[in-house]
Amino acid sequence: MSASSILLQFLNGLAGASTLFLAAAGLSLIFGVTRIVNFAHGSLVMLGMYLAVALSDRIGFWWSLPCAALMVAALGILLETALLRRLYAAPELLQLLATFALVLIIRDYALWQWGPEDLLGPRAPALEGAVEILDHRFPAYDLFLIAVGPLVLAALWLLLTRTRWGVLVRAATQDREMASALGINQRLLFTSVFALGALLAGLAGALQIPREPATLQVDLAVVSDAFVIVVVGGLGSIPGAFAAALLIAEVKAFCIGLGYSKLTLVVEFLVMALALVFRPWGLLGRARAQARGAATIEPRLRPPSPRVIAGLAALAALLALVPAASSGYALVLLTDMLIFALFAVSLHFITGPAGLHSFGHAAYFGLGAYGAGVLLLRAGAPMEMALAAAPLAAFAGALVFGWFCVRLSGIYLAMLTLAFAQIAWSVAFQWDAVTGGSNGLIGIWPAAWAGSKTAYFYLVLAVSAACIALTWRALYSPFGYALRAARDSPLRADAIGIHARALQWAAFTFAGTFAGIAGALHVFSKGSVSPESMAVPRSVDGLVMVLLGGIQTLTGPLWGAALFTWLQDAVARGFDYWRAVIGVVILVLTLALPQGLGGLLRRRSPS
Amino acid sequence: MSILLVSGLAKAFGGVQALRDVGFTVDAGEMLAMIGPNGAGKSTCFNLVNGQLVPDAGRIELEGRNILGLAPRAVWRLGVGRTFQVAATFASMTVRENVQMALLSHARRLSSPFASATRLQREAADVLLAQVDMQAQADRTAAVLAYGDLKRLELAMALANRPRLLLMDEPTAGMAAAERMALMRLTATLAKASGIAVLFTEHDMDAVFTYADRIIVLAEGILILQGTPAQVRADPRVREAYLGEAAEDA
Repeated sequence: MSASSILLQFLNGLAGASTLFLAAAGLSLIFGVTRIVNFAHGSLVMLGMYLAVALSDRIGFWWSLPCAALMVAALGILLETALLRRLYAAPELLQLLATFALVLIIRDYALWQWGPEDLLGPRAPALEGAVEILDHRFPAYDLFLIAVGPLVLAALWLLLTRTRWGVLVRAATQDREMASALGINQRLLFTSVFALGALLAGLAGALQIPREPATLQVDLAVVSDAFVIVVVGGLGSIPGAFAAALLIAEVKAFCIGLGYSKLTLVVEFLVMALALVFRPWGLLGRARAQARGAATIEPRLRPPSPRVIAGLAALAALLALVPAASSGYALVLLTDMLIFALFAVSLHFITGPAGLHSFGHAAYFGLGAYGAGVLLLRAGAPMEMALAAAPLAAFAGALVFGWFCVRLSGIYLAMLTLAFAQIAWSVAFQWDAVTGGSNGLIGIWPAAWAGSKTAYFYLVLAVSAACIALTWRALYSPFGYALRAARDSPLRADAIGIHARALQWAAFTFAGTFAGIAGALHVFSKGSVSPESMAVPRSVDGLVMVLLGGIQTLTGPLWGAALFTWLQDAVARGFDYWRAVIGVVILVLTLALPQGLGGLLRRRSPS
Repeated sequence: MSILLVSGLAKAFGGVQALRDVGFTVDAGEMLAMIGPNGAGKSTCFNLVNGQLVPDAGRIELEGRNILGLAPRAVWRLGVGRTFQVAATFASMTVRENVQMALLSHARRLSSPFASATRLQREAADVLLAQVDMQAQADRTAAVLAYGDLKRLELAMALANRPRLLLMDEPTAGMAAAERMALMRLTATLAKASGIAVLFTEHDMDAVFTYADRIIVLAEGILILQGTPAQVRADPRVREAYLGEAAEDA
């Protein structure tokens, strides 16, 4: 590789860094002041792209930039005042889920407004050509992008250090309680910060359209990139976001330039892993002081009464009788419910009692599913062996990813689990030779003895029931109690010899393995597996199931999984925009029923 | 032999020297009170001894064994129990389960995923709860306890590993006067009966002068005096440390 082509890759990286920085800076600013991680930030970038493409037909590319950015900012104001304002005092899991609901709703809006096809943007007038740099042709527009990043950084810096508004933002970022005690108008401040963050996101999207088409998948791709950048750079630090955006974009550019475009994700993962090991708070971040006051007090996870145990046994017996009455669609739906019940129970294990809010649990479901498919199709293993060995793939994945994840807590952990899941998804999506790429794998059917719907239903019932029983047993074992101890009071846990991180790592791996079993069961019931099985929406489905049933109850995930699976089945069959419906369900759930249906029942009961 | 030996202990936060050259010992069965005005370095000293912070210089020995740089959970395994200024317990568990956790950790049973935790160490937990007079509340959730009861629960948990040394940071903060004296009396009785060395900080001077065998006085990170309660009471430097220049004018 010659010196000139190295320079060219470097410039490519710089051009990519600018839009990444704009997106991450907005996310970071909003988090710093409101303490909300805005999952829908990537969706705002996506909207910026679509709006700019639509507008540039009428008013030209250059005018479309500020117009699209301002429209997204206006939407940001609407979202903040109508929705986020109600969430500032809510537990962080609910905040994350509510903003994820916006992802679903905004994506379906874009689908409805602009259709499923990619939209090509115009080229930038006056910058259509290329510039000669050391005998290579380099797009003039990319040179313009290179300048945008530092310009925005400088503008933000001036805004934050030279204006009264900036002083307020910095005060609120450093100490929200003190800032409000000093009489700062929080409402106005929060709304304006959110508007600025949205403006930057919209601008990032609009700036991108001469380089890439507007697509519906941009939302999650951008937000997971932005998560990686703020984790590496330090959440709340604008210069950190800039440095990390440069680092990540350069790494990407060089991987692509050297012809290893498929390695990009692996290298990105390595960069993030190294940053986390050596700088757990990010390159320019500072360790966060513990929040004042006690953490949320979780209710007691009551041991199941004999009546509950008898009821569950009766339920299992009743399920075993179903094939006598029906062999049709009901059986297929029940099989799905049982599989997702196991998935939800495994997620509940780490999310509720262990307090690790994973937004990437589907990665392990998918690893189990792909593990089974690959073993069967590529290695010619029989179904029994594929089913038994597939969870090992999930185990290995959870072991590696979990090692990093349990080093963080709260929002950081949520972002990291999501980023890892996105990486796993991308690998499945890109590795055609093994995973079949975007088409996935087909023709993964059970062995002859389990081939009928009835036989497979019994197999799923037996495996799911056994795994759920084991998981619940573990919740009331010393291990399960120790996890709740570490969640309730890390200080006290440490002071009585509990090695919280080791236990949490074990729990993460345990839950990942059981999700992998669910994934392996799922692939044989459908006969195929696609990257969707480990995509972020699947992870969030799991959280919704857990939340629907009540996060601090024992059997809640069971009812949540059954209800959600039924709902998804009923809605998805009849309606193109079912994701938006799910989004609305999530919003209702987080705003009106934070305790889940279980909590609703308990409130009604006389005790 | 003394249970705890501290010498030459120093710790700075940024430019602020929180502790410099602090040294003292605590013997088995002895109640040693550490007093001093706010900001004197008492909590820092506690956090250094139990491993939450690492000192810049100095030695910390437990029964002759160097414990410098060990994590709190390792220090606990060597026999150091701790209570916190703001009581730290497991809010989602019952009182008995809280104590069972400490006992199970001591017995190294916490990684066991299939046993039933509530059945293990139940009697031992009840014995500990009886010691601090909490057995009547064994089945209540820690989240609903009165603050004084939380402090007694903490004490029971700190006693679960048969500690050689108890570190009690403001053990009676937030308690009513009668309750305070009762808790200190209980602690002193347990310490004498089991030969536990107790290092405690306390704002309530009545409790300090009634129950401490010896007192050390910190001011601005320096150990200015140590002696019996009578010696400390008589020393003018203590008044000065607490009241500053005002003491001379008065």
